[in-house]
Amino acid sequence: MTEHSRDLSRRRLLFGGAAVGAGVLLAGCTSNETEPIAAQTKGADAAASGNAAPGQKVVIGFSAPAADHGWLAAITTNAKAQADAYSDVEFKTVEAGADAAAQRAALSTLISQKPNVIVMLPHDGKELNAAGLEAMKAGIPVVNLDRAFPDALAYRLQIKGDNYGMGVAAAHFIIDQLKAKGVSNPIIGEIAGTDSLELTQERSKGFADTLAQNGLKVNNRRPAEFTADSGQQAATSLFQALPKIDAIWNHDDDQGIGVLAAVNQANRKEFFMVGGAGSKKAMEDIQADNTVLKATVTYSPSMASSAISLARLIAQGKGMSDLVELQVPKEIILASETITKENASNYLKLGF
Amino acid sequence: MSDVTDTSTPERPAQLPAQSPPVDPAETAAAEQRAAGRLSWWRGEGGEGARRNLWLIGVLVALIVIGIVTRPDLYGNSSWVWSNILVILKLASVVGVVSVGMTFVIIGGGIDLSVGAIVALSGVWATTVATQSYGAGGMIFCALAVGLGVGLVNGLLISYGRLVPFIATLAMLVAARGLAAELSDKQTQVSNNTTINDIASTNLLGIPLLVYILAAVVIAGWVLLNRTTFGRRTVAVGGNPEAARLAGIDVKRHTLLLYALSGLCCGIAAIMLTAQATSAQAAMANLYELDAIAAVIIGGTLLSGGRGTIIGSLLGVIIFSTITNLFAINGLTTEAQNMVKGGIIVAAVLVQQLQFRSLTQFLGRNRLTTN
Repeated sequence: MTEHSRDLSRRRLLFGGAAVGAGVLLAGCTSNETEPIAAQTKGADAAASGNAAPGQKVVIGFSAPAADHGWLAAITTNAKAQADAYSDVEFKTVEAGADAAAQRAALSTLISQKPNVIVMLPHDGKELNAAGLEAMKAGIPVVNLDRAFPDALAYRLQIKGDNYGMGVAAAHFIIDQLKAKGVSNPIIGEIAGTDSLELTQERSKGFADTLAQNGLKVNNRRPAEFTADSGQQAATSLFQALPKIDAIWNHDDDQGIGVLAAVNQANRKEFFMVGGAGSKKAMEDIQADNTVLKATVTYSPSMASSAISLARLIAQGKGMSDLVELQVPKEIILASETITKENASNYLKLGF
Repeated sequence: MSDVTDTSTPERPAQLPAQSPPVDPAETAAAEQRAAGRLSWWRGEGGEGARRNLWLIGVLVALIVIGIVTRPDLYGNSSWVWSNILVILKLASVVGVVSVGMTFVIIGGGIDLSVGAIVALSGVWATTVATQSYGAGGMIFCALAVGLGVGLVNGLLISYGRLVPFIATLAMLVAARGLAAELSDKQTQVSNNTTINDIASTNLLGIPLLVYILAAVVIAGWVLLNRTTFGRRTVAVGGNPEAARLAGIDVKRHTLLLYALSGLCCGIAAIMLTAQATSAQAAMANLYELDAIAAVIIGGTLLSGGRGTIIGSLLGVIIFSTITNLFAINGLTTEAQNMVKGGIIVAAVLVQQLQFRSLTQFLGRNRLTTN
């Protein structure tokens, strides 16, 4: 072996060693152990009513898209935790896959297993309408979470949040605050979520309609993509377009992390901001009252917990005990609530 | 050089008014040659990059003029104008760094569709609880190492695994985002490291640190492409891989290095983006691959490889972020903005083709008449 090649092999060894070392180090860096986020459940022990008492054994099938967002992750966590809270519920979950077609395939498998009831959050209500119909035809009641089917025959219960109502609630908070401060001709900014989604359009419409009723308007609206980095960029653009701002509504608290970062980077403090969805971090910020974030309007993933409870009642043929009706209603639309410094402590357990 | 000889004879200007200057035939011939040389440089291959860049600067000026016309109230305020320039550069910084790596890959005859996914994976990996416990240095090392590592995997698959770059990096796009989602458990990971977060808010001499990072990466990329063997090999490999191989270039190894370089740029970009958003998540840097490729293309880099400039790519990124800014200050929708961006990409390529074609025609005719 020549001197040269020995040098080379030693160099290779060193490089190889360094690469392996870095690899081991990096592999160690994948751990993400944090305190688990408490799921939003209502324990079986909480209610004294007969509904909470264990009844007939129920198998609940569940399907929701793979979570790429804190809200969707909370939906799955909540559903599972609520099911675990009942001793008479068996929880069967199927991966919804990457798109509507994959979810449809997963649902046919689920239907063939004949659960007592199916709870699903479809990728797209219109595209999975047929899957809902198929399950209902097979005699399995379907609980649709959040994204409605166009066909009323495709579901037994529809439970969803109120996107239009979020816009209304955010606008009301902003109007009240501006009135209290006595601001005339306020400059209002809006940082929306992904613009192509119907839910974003509904939120914006509720916001604009309510502002218009009070003679106000959105001066500039920048859509983001429900991610923190897109929120930061949209906010930076918004600040550049509006040298002075009185109020901002940001549709989503996850992208709000980026919006608040942009606020600090641009050193803008002259306005107040309302968030959306109701993440745990946003609630903590509101409670601490040390950022421009003064309120958030909810679109709570606790609806998944409620959906499991109601699915169980449907399967057992029971009604909601506080209502006169003997069966669970067909549609439930959660009201969008406004979380402020005053009531944040009540909502913290619902934050995701 | 001739200037030096002129000044060394101080008595000559005094003679000038008296009689016509003595004509040195050799000197005039040299001057003519020099002028012709400059002209042919301008027309020829060497000046082509400069001409393209001039065209891009023209587009940039046009965009700014549109801004001045539509929002005279904002542009009338000089401190706003300065801050706006910095905001445009800051918005361009992350994609700009990614585009430098992309320029190398495309000049080298490849394509990297996985850049956005690599940024997301590096960002997520660098913000896990475990990585954050090592502090800012650990997070930066992690982001760079992950970017470089993923780039190496891309390179290995393409050069030694003989996968088509489009397929290999498309697969990596999907896989890296999947791994990022797995690592982050689909949550947004907040960075609690103030040193990292301060990268986005620190200013040195009134200019954001992010802009310095962009400048450093662009300068390093320019030197690497134009002043080193590595750069010349990149052009050779992209222009004609077979000829490059026959000329003794290890094409496979070089291709591997190009993708590693692109990955490293993504690692740098991941730190910048994480600092800006003070967080990272699997869905971040969405569609950055398209932004980077579009910027590289309108910057005059041939998609088939063998030719391109770093400065052109930088101008491409700045044009896109100026458009974003222009639409934002006028309160226009992003739908319209995307249509304009698409139009500019098509226009840029068309104009460059026309320019090139008419130029070669012009030169061809010239040669005929002189003969």
